[in-house]
Amino acid sequence: MVSRPHGGRLVDRVVRGRRRERLLEEALELPRVELDAGLASDVANIAHGVYSPLEGFLVQEDYESVLYDMRLSSDIPWTIPIVLDVDPSQVAGVREGDDLALFYNGRPLALMRVEEVYGWDRGEYAERVFKTRDPRHPGVRKVMARRELLVGGPVDLLAEPPEPFEAVRLWPKETRVLFEARGWRTIAAFQTRNVPHTGHEYVQKAALTFVDGLFINPLVGWKKPGDYRDEVIVEAYKALIKHYYPRDSVVFSVLRMEMRYAGPREAIHHAIVRKNFGATHFIVGRDHAGVGSYYGPYEAWDLFREFPDLGITPLFVREAFYCRKCGQMVNEKICPHPEEYRVRISGTRLREMIKRGEKPPEYMMRPEVAEVVLSHPNPFIEEGEAQG
Amino acid sequence: MAGDKVEVRISRDLYEKAREFIEETGGFKSVDELVEFLLQEVLSGEEEAGLTQEDEEKVKERLRSLGYL
Ligand SMILES: [Zn+2]
Repeated sequence: MVSRPHGGRLVDRVVRGRRRERLLEEALELPRVELDAGLASDVANIAHGVYSPLEGFLVQEDYESVLYDMRLSSDIPWTIPIVLDVDPSQVAGVREGDDLALFYNGRPLALMRVEEVYGWDRGEYAERVFKTRDPRHPGVRKVMARRELLVGGPVDLLAEPPEPFEAVRLWPKETRVLFEARGWRTIAAFQTRNVPHTGHEYVQKAALTFVDGLFINPLVGWKKPGDYRDEVIVEAYKALIKHYYPRDSVVFSVLRMEMRYAGPREAIHHAIVRKNFGATHFIVGRDHAGVGSYYGPYEAWDLFREFPDLGITPLFVREAFYCRKCGQMVNEKICPHPEEYRVRISGTRLREMIKRGEKPPEYMMRPEVAEVVLSHPNPFIEEGEAQG
Repeated sequence: MAGDKVEVRISRDLYEKAREFIEETGGFKSVDELVEFLLQEVLSGEEEAGLTQEDEEKVKERLRSLGYL
């Protein structure tokens, strides 16, 4: 059985047919809020049930409950506030119960029923969610630049935001049917924002050994400079799966959702989202969703222990490395040999090699994957570059 | 609102048990409210199980066309 959606019911707020046509016309007459790419993907994720049980952007009671208790006011676990920020001028004259039109790229994307407009303390948000107010933290920097007020209320999706990876993009409704059709009862989900190296492959296959299927679900959308470009991640995974994975035990699809770099809290969020896709297990590795040294390498594992009611089972897998004595990829739990035998697969070192145009050794990266990455003129996001 | 309601007949036994349940737990004001809540639970549960046959076929068609099935 695939996992039950978070909160019990898969949210569907996608408007179809005649009603959609009518509301698209109405949207043109309503007060408008233009969204950026991140918020547009949040709206689509709400409407397609990725964020079930959320039906819209958080109202104040839920916002505070998530911020301080990591749960919605209904007591359902939720760790990252999903909020819509606006300038006071954008909602001047808008009252509770009014409808707003949410626009993206100058076109109507969704309608929103305003339940509440309220103020927020961005520093406090940063402190709670990121455990720091340090402006060098990419998530903090982004939150501090957001607008003064928040608007809470349900959304109804009228148009799909553009998706360049449409052919490898699945919604929860689709993965649920797919997993059922394949007869999978246990599904381990893998979150990533990276090109796969042998350490990732080891972790995925260690999990796959004990479940029916592996669901590889990289994030596309905004990431920080220095991270891999979306198209490089997608092509690299296609190559890896084609050459090294049994086709019928893996599903690969992308999720358009911004990285927040909130470490432990974001790890829980990533798990909840994959539960909505139908996964029963979620792989949590070292420094999940972390950045710099803001979070302890296994801090996310501790936080999972505070959520016995999460409804998806975390699989804690230690960092993999190559051991010359064992003669294979191993981890601390299974290899007794001292450091001098161990060869660490460092993402940072790999990036440096790739930047120099060097082909990484095979124990670090599969040659087919390396080829994809090296053939891209510029595999990394650059400083100041708008992405997604 | 009365115009939006219809009567439903249930066995007296069950009705008495429901009344006791309400008195003990205090969460509902009346048997009507309890019945309405339970029915909603059951029906929305069914909705959650899903897609109509037609929807599911549509989803499968897309999955096939993309090579997932
Ligand atoms: Zn060893």
